[in-house]
Amino acid sequence: MAEKIKLEVVTPKGAIISSDVDIVTAPGYAGEFGVLANHAPFLSTLKVGTLSYKKDGTEEELMISGGFCEVSNNKITFLVESAERGSEIDVDRALRAKERAEKRLLQAREQQEKIDRTRAEAALQRALTRLRIAERQR
Amino acid sequence: MASLKDVKTKIGGVKKTSQITSAMNMVAAAKLRGAQQKMEDFRPYTEKFNQAMTNLSANMESGQFPLMEVRDIQTVEIVIVTSDRGLCGSFNANIFKATERLIRQYEAEGKKVSLVCVGKKGNSYFRKTGKVRKAYTDIMGNFQMFNARSIAQDVAANFLAGESDRVQVIYGKFINVATQRPETEMLLPVQPDVSESEEDSGESGAAAGDYIYEPSPTEIMDVLLPLYMNVMIYHAMLETGASEHAARMTAMDNATRACKDMIHDLTLLYNKARQAGITAELMDIVGGAEALKG
Repeated sequence: MAEKIKLEVVTPKGAIISSDVDIVTAPGYAGEFGVLANHAPFLSTLKVGTLSYKKDGTEEELMISGGFCEVSNNKITFLVESAERGSEIDVDRALRAKERAEKRLLQAREQQEKIDRTRAEAALQRALTRLRIAERQR
Repeated sequence: MASLKDVKTKIGGVKKTSQITSAMNMVAAAKLRGAQQKMEDFRPYTEKFNQAMTNLSANMESGQFPLMEVRDIQTVEIVIVTSDRGLCGSFNANIFKATERLIRQYEAEGKKVSLVCVGKKGNSYFRKTGKVRKAYTDIMGNFQMFNARSIAQDVAANFLAGESDRVQVIYGKFINVATQRPETEMLLPVQPDVSESEEDSGESGAAAGDYIYEPSPTEIMDVLLPLYMNVMIYHAMLETGASEHAARMTAMDNATRACKDMIHDLTLLYNKARQAGITAELMDIVGGAEALKG
């Protein structure tokens, strides 16, 4: 393979990944973006979604939520509030969270509460992403 | 002089106390390990975050962000991070002292001070001053980023509403297991430490101007500034948590040792009294025998 880029994923609970990879794809503010080696300096906020990277032909996926990423000096650093590998995802919990969020979303819609609604939407998004990644792991 | 039975009861009591203190010492040691681990896990995040912040703010005017606005100071808000529980030596008292010094200093300059207390102890200490604007209690036990977030949001809203013109945070900095020190840090207006970053990120600093931003730098800053506050407050909470357990460990160790000393002294007293009793009894018997002989 060609040149590699150093990927670092750091959460408040510590560094999760630190390795050289071929390509990184992540959910940026303006949509999905991919980063290869020697990318120009880049800084973007992130949405809840799937961060995937390819290393020596194998592809790995992580669920990330809330944060930003920085590319400089052939290094890509993700600073996120949480990151989970597919194997770490608790499917039952995600399912419960999904149901809870859906219920709350319904309630919020009836009562026209903006804050509750955005929070519920974010929670639902997280739950759905978790489920999707877990699904693909199987 | 205390009777034999009194001394015996006292010894029993002190022994029980020492059992409790030594158990608390061990619990604190175990909790300290967890808290310290959390603190260390969080460190890379803070470092990277500060680096990105300084990179970003280096080529931006600070005036355009409300959270970075430097105003004439009329009201100072102090966020005091203390523990929820006592029995940890002078740990909380030291934070109170530092806070009071700061309050006096600001009030001497004719500025108003309002307090935000994180942790039960701070609240119960400062409640009577009437300066407490808001208190968060019972959240020190399990650290969660969203606890820090709700505090940060509240403090930021207050700052943006013009209710406070400067926000400082006081917490117990964890230096090592034996030393914890109250530390004061500036929270708002946000002032990224430019001088420090110039030393350790010389190369990336040079490239900062060529960054591609997505969305615009201003919008990124709007996201990052509140996050920066989260990070600062969470950091303060983690440090205080680790310090609390370390302080409690030391305090309980001292208490256990004091108990041992007391038990030693009391046992000595007990034995002396017992011996005196026996001697007196013997004297009685010998005296009685002599009298019969005579």
